[in-house]
Amino acid sequence: MSKKVGFLQGNEAAAHGALYAGCKFFAGYPITPSTEVSEVLSIELPKIGGKFIQMEDEIGAMAALLGGALAGQKALTSTSGPGLSLKQELIGYGCIAEIPCVVYNVMRGGPSTGMPTGPSQSDVMCAKWGTHGDHATIALMPASVQETYDMIVRAFNLAEKYRMPVHVLPDEIVAHMRERIEFREPGELEIIDRTAPSVPPSEYKPYDTKFGDVPPLAAFGSGYKFHVTGLNKLPDGFPTTKAEYVQAEEERQVRKVTANIDEIVEFEEFMLDDAEICVVAYGSTSRSARYAVNEAREQGIKVGMFRIKTFWPFPDKQIKALADKVKGFIVPEMNLGMCSLEIERCAQGKAQILGINRVDGEPINPEQILEKMKEVK
Amino acid sequence: MARYELRFSGAGGQGLITAGIILAEAASIHEGKQAVQSQSYGPEARGGASKSEVIIDDVPVDYPKATKVDALLALTQEACDKYSADLKDTGILLYDTDLVTKLPEGGFKKVGFNIINTAKNEVGREIVANIVALGAMIALTGVVSRENGLKAVLSRVPEAFLELNEKAYAAGFEKATAAAKYLSLLHI
Repeated sequence: MSKKVGFLQGNEAAAHGALYAGCKFFAGYPITPSTEVSEVLSIELPKIGGKFIQMEDEIGAMAALLGGALAGQKALTSTSGPGLSLKQELIGYGCIAEIPCVVYNVMRGGPSTGMPTGPSQSDVMCAKWGTHGDHATIALMPASVQETYDMIVRAFNLAEKYRMPVHVLPDEIVAHMRERIEFREPGELEIIDRTAPSVPPSEYKPYDTKFGDVPPLAAFGSGYKFHVTGLNKLPDGFPTTKAEYVQAEEERQVRKVTANIDEIVEFEEFMLDDAEICVVAYGSTSRSARYAVNEAREQGIKVGMFRIKTFWPFPDKQIKALADKVKGFIVPEMNLGMCSLEIERCAQGKAQILGINRVDGEPINPEQILEKMKEVK
Repeated sequence: MARYELRFSGAGGQGLITAGIILAEAASIHEGKQAVQSQSYGPEARGGASKSEVIIDDVPVDYPKATKVDALLALTQEACDKYSADLKDTGILLYDTDLVTKLPEGGFKKVGFNIINTAKNEVGREIVANIVALGAMIALTGVVSRENGLKAVLSRVPEAFLELNEKAYAAGFEKATAAAKYLSLLHI
């Protein structure tokens, strides 16, 4: 049987990817350029017994998302910059209370309302540090419509596996462009569900580390009763200020990601084997980079691309290894140099770093990247 | 075929994004080529310069936006002024003769007819001007076959409007063909 195909926007593909992953709950507040996710799910979720809620604002939407997730559902919200800012308090709550959910944020110009219909990649730091306090972050960067579909599935898997909020950060170009997509067959992609408790309700503790760094999570309403708070807490979920618990718990929550970094970090290496110049790119900008690398190779320039698919945790190990090998990095991004900072941190002065930075609502074109290659010494 | 870049431009609300989507679907789904459609528009729901771009290739399309445009549709003077600078000298400009009166300089072919008026008075509804323009772009560029273009149109529009859109598509295709023939006669 031939596969079902479609010609979809990134946002539409995200909605269908969420359904494939088993998402049954969406809470959001519509905002350009992410609204199509809400549009599709408002039609599709009721058909499968799911719930779609448009809340009074983004803060309410994030709160509802955490509630839906605690009730045992795979839960998604979609938003854009201004909405991501509003959600931050509750994203932090999701981190400390360890609530699996997916935040799909389409990057548009900012800060504040910025340029609603213009593309940007300026929320990568907001995804990591927008909410206060130490916490681990996972953020995925799709570069095509098919990849948006697949990455939403992966985002749910990571959220469920590590019991935490996971970000997916397409830029407006990926979110709004249309490409052919193959809908995945059941069983084609792995689907991970959170670990349910193996103990009876009377013995259940929501943060019981005897089961490992990711304690099983019971669904509210299934007979398990437990306390959830934004305060530092004991294994039973009630608040504590006991130093040994607080320190150990904070470290455990970050360790969930740092100890599994090789599994979480995904990337693509393109023509890097003999490269003297490495273009580090993500999202739609990586498509310009690929075009530029192909053109440059025809001119005999030894250049390749490292495409970031997982922005957080950052691919430190891979960039460090490349810094030992290449003369320079070119880092095109639709912000004023956010990824460049991370490259600088990893490269430790071992290679030249040249940013190409655009925040005028226009994409970085291949010509700009080709030009920049001449500056690598 | 090598990478081929088309741009549909005009004012917000003229259905240019839809025209781009239909062409990309015709290429990608019905013709088995690789295609990406993208768009750029302002915050207004109506008015303001708007464009929709389609890149078609035999190999996967990397950069999804136009670099050097092979074929440009301009339905307003503003869009023509704003979006014609990167049209190739070997390219084609299709324009509405009633609305675009000042043509840009360049070696590209300039083909015009009264696109919106055709939709309004010959087909019967101004709203299908985008489909008239789509038929014309397909006739001029040959990026997809006439049949596959029509298939894509009919799979996108509501059933009650199939006939109207089919008529619009045919009108655009034929008028552009006639206009191009007339032009090539002049050049001889």
